[in-house]
Amino acid sequence: MNLNLTRRRFIKGVIASGAAATTTGVWVAANGAARPAGAVERMIRININGQVRTVDVAPQETLASTLRYKLGLTGTKLGCNRGECGACTVLVDDVSTYACSVLTHSVKNGRVETVEGLESADGTLHPVQQAFVEELAPQCGYCTPGQIMAAVGLLRENPNPTREEARQGLSGNICRCGSYDSYLDGVMRAAQIG
Amino acid sequence: MAYMHIGKDFVPPDVNGKVTGRIKYAEDYTREGMVYARLLTSPIPHARVVNIDATEALAMDGVFGLLTADDVYPDGEPQSTGLKVLTNEPTLVGEPILALAAIDEKTAETAISKISVTFERLPFVLDPLDSLAEGGPDAYNGGNTYVFRQGFASEKWSADQVASFRAGNEPTAEPQQTFAYGDLDAALGESAFVYETAFTTAGYPHQSMEPRSAMAYWENGKLYLHGTSQSLSALADGMASIVGVPQEDFVFINEATGGGFGQRARANSIPSMAIPAKMSQKINRPVMMRVTRDEETAIGGARQGFQGWIKCGFKADGTMAAADLYIISDNGGKGGGGDAYSAADCISILYQTEAVRFRGTSIGSNTGHRGAQRGPGQNQIAAIIAPILDKAAEELGIDRLKIRQINTPQNGDVGGARQIPFTSAYMPEALKMGAEQFNLEERMARSRKRNGTKVTGIGIGQGYHDAGRSGMDGIVRLTADGRLKVHNGVGNLGTYSYASTSRAAAEVLQMPWEHVDIVTGRTDRHLPITSPQDGSNSIFTNTRTNYGAAMDLLNKMKELAAMELGGDAADYDFADERVFKTAAPSEGMTFAEIAQKGIALGGKFTGASDLPEELNDFTKISVNRLAGESLMGIYHDTPHNNNPPGFTVTFTEIEMDIETGKYDIVEMVTIGDCGTVVHPQGLKNQLVGGAVWGIGLAGYERHLYDPQNGLPASTGYWQSKIPTMMDTPAKIKTGWVDLPDPENPVGARGIGEPAMGAVAAALASAISDSLDGHLFSAAPVTADMIINHVAGVTSEAVPLAQNNFRG
Repeated sequence: MNLNLTRRRFIKGVIASGAAATTTGVWVAANGAARPAGAVERMIRININGQVRTVDVAPQETLASTLRYKLGLTGTKLGCNRGECGACTVLVDDVSTYACSVLTHSVKNGRVETVEGLESADGTLHPVQQAFVEELAPQCGYCTPGQIMAAVGLLRENPNPTREEARQGLSGNICRCGSYDSYLDGVMRAAQIG
Repeated sequence: MAYMHIGKDFVPPDVNGKVTGRIKYAEDYTREGMVYARLLTSPIPHARVVNIDATEALAMDGVFGLLTADDVYPDGEPQSTGLKVLTNEPTLVGEPILALAAIDEKTAETAISKISVTFERLPFVLDPLDSLAEGGPDAYNGGNTYVFRQGFASEKWSADQVASFRAGNEPTAEPQQTFAYGDLDAALGESAFVYETAFTTAGYPHQSMEPRSAMAYWENGKLYLHGTSQSLSALADGMASIVGVPQEDFVFINEATGGGFGQRARANSIPSMAIPAKMSQKINRPVMMRVTRDEETAIGGARQGFQGWIKCGFKADGTMAAADLYIISDNGGKGGGGDAYSAADCISILYQTEAVRFRGTSIGSNTGHRGAQRGPGQNQIAAIIAPILDKAAEELGIDRLKIRQINTPQNGDVGGARQIPFTSAYMPEALKMGAEQFNLEERMARSRKRNGTKVTGIGIGQGYHDAGRSGMDGIVRLTADGRLKVHNGVGNLGTYSYASTSRAAAEVLQMPWEHVDIVTGRTDRHLPITSPQDGSNSIFTNTRTNYGAAMDLLNKMKELAAMELGGDAADYDFADERVFKTAAPSEGMTFAEIAQKGIALGGKFTGASDLPEELNDFTKISVNRLAGESLMGIYHDTPHNNNPPGFTVTFTEIEMDIETGKYDIVEMVTIGDCGTVVHPQGLKNQLVGGAVWGIGLAGYERHLYDPQNGLPASTGYWQSKIPTMMDTPAKIKTGWVDLPDPENPVGARGIGEPAMGAVAAALASAISDSLDGHLFSAAPVTADMIINHVAGVTSEAVPLAQNNFRG
């Protein structure tokens, strides 16, 4: 994974969105209450986990809000809602992205993947999920979906990372339980499972 | 002993939900008709609410109601330092004043912006020593401290006394709390090396990943509350009382908890969950209250900071003869804790000190809510005392490992304020194992060696926490199809103790794990009372209860077999989910057949009668509701003897860059002494997780406040500086002694908290070593402090400052 590119894209996305995460920590609109029409269309089609979903999205709505509160994809977690912790990490066109810090409208032409989209239809876990189970990588589990998506993004870019590369790749994801060592064990095992 | 389950890894049933995102935390739930509550919190550090005008807000479309402290406490707010549900007397920025419910959060926020709250500003204080000084502001309305059973009080020192303490001298004022044993003066007199210093340790927030969001609704007179906890049953027991609903009519739902670390153990540390419950009762709709990171930082708990003074005496042979400790502990704007007492207790236990005197006083500051945080007291002092031990070793010409071995607790020893014997203690074995795995001798040769701007530091640390309780209850059931149900109230916050302690029951009955169901997640599944899963006690406490309940079930099974097949219960044995005559193994009954017979007979076999007299009321409700359904094993745990300790040892090598003050952790080995290992992967996780916390305590984490206005400068992860993956080593090596404790049926003791203390101590020791033995007598030791020291710059910061930059 090109980490520099990821960071730049992330920062540019935040600037373009007018700093979606507010300084007062206000959670952006959850329910679809009627509002005046903005400058952008409200109903958009967005590719999430391989399915095109039609959803009513407010102009100032973050991708995390859309995923969690419009589409019911609550696997994407909000730990800080301001780009500090990475619990809301999803993939947009294969790039790890903080869903709390990007506007849904800005990714409507992209391909969004969340933790819910990794498991096969027959219930087979993605190699990263399977490796995290085998290593018992999660503790409280709240950061786990974000860690998994960051790991999936990393392994797509670099299928055989060194432990140090894995450490760099997941460095944008905080784990307060301190399970970093086990998450790295999980990434290295996932690389072996392939 | 060969176990079927104990000591073996397994896949806890919730892990799949954690990796797929399917498991639900409180905020992931929704309910038809659900509305949203938002909080108005105090914007100033100390105030009194004079008036609330919500007329305009309540007239808005989509607004459903307002909840204030007057609604919650119609007879007046409790007069204590405890965190309130809502308050008219805020003592910290971010304390909830009122909640407003609306159709969505945007509407709620807009409405809140139209509420006019008139505050009377009151003097605030950020540093306990500023409050202690005569004429200094008091953090609370009624004083700057709270005396148990007496109420608020004002503790004041003369300006000279405060100045003398800040200058590093022994405090001379009378303390609030004290304990002592041994002849301190004689012990100091016998000492060949005496070290005396003032010290500080910073307070800092818990910052659990999951904010303490909650959702509540009422249905048919019952309250259903989706929340977060370290123990479902312990928290539900207290939360029903806070909301004012009978326990029988309260259902607490909590499948998963996004971190606890001490501040989700009991209801009084998380009373904000009562807000959606009370609001829902008032407006008759389901209410979701999402808590932001700012709010979580303010009310989510914080470690107590210390402003202390210590004098340690060591005999010529390295024995720690004396420890004299005086601590002012920062009680924050709400809450408090016994950290200072525990710190002194820890020194006594960890170093087997011959004479100890502790003096302590708790003083409030208008900063974040304080409460128990992973190793409260033990872990702060571990980081202070490890470099002192190294200094003593250097002065006395004793090897740094040797001085620890000389003073280490072991089997047969006593320790602590009350000099209680250990149930068992294998610290010598842990030290030996750690030194070997770390290759201490070879690494010690690199100690203080310089390579360009880099200097190698070697550190050794030890950690302790009491790690086991008793007096809780257990419920297990055998259903008609022969499956074992283990009812477990231990919360699911990442330790996997809810599952690993359940395996003690499966072990007793030799049940294959796939035939066992853990019943947990919500209290209407009928859970026994458990310990609050704090104080590293779950594995000890709840293996005792589950083991006991399974033994009760086994005895009933043998009795039923004897009733059916003749003879006496003592004539029966069991294996392969079948009870049979020991003398004639072909004559027997399957577990399923026995369960069916028990259900048919009812009475004591199904929990309908003959319950243990001492059973807790919470458990009685559960048993009564389960009665008649299945063959039931019920157990009330009797008190255990002595102190079951959790011990850890850490060895580390760092490479200190004296130009930047940043250090890399080159190697870290941490070893646990926690009795028999029940769940190796879970233990490894506690050791590496504790290590990350220890890295934070030693080098990074702290509260920061603006001294002019009392506003928090640290309101989230980044400013609190909790360690990221880049602050921690790429690999932390772990190990364990794995020797059984006699007071636990499977030999287990706890480990979660000491896992942190040993690492904080080892890093403090290594930092000191890399700087030629310089003692900062502080935690954290930040890069700025290191650079200033190397440059010979004397800090301009106020000595012993709390809640501000130091060094």
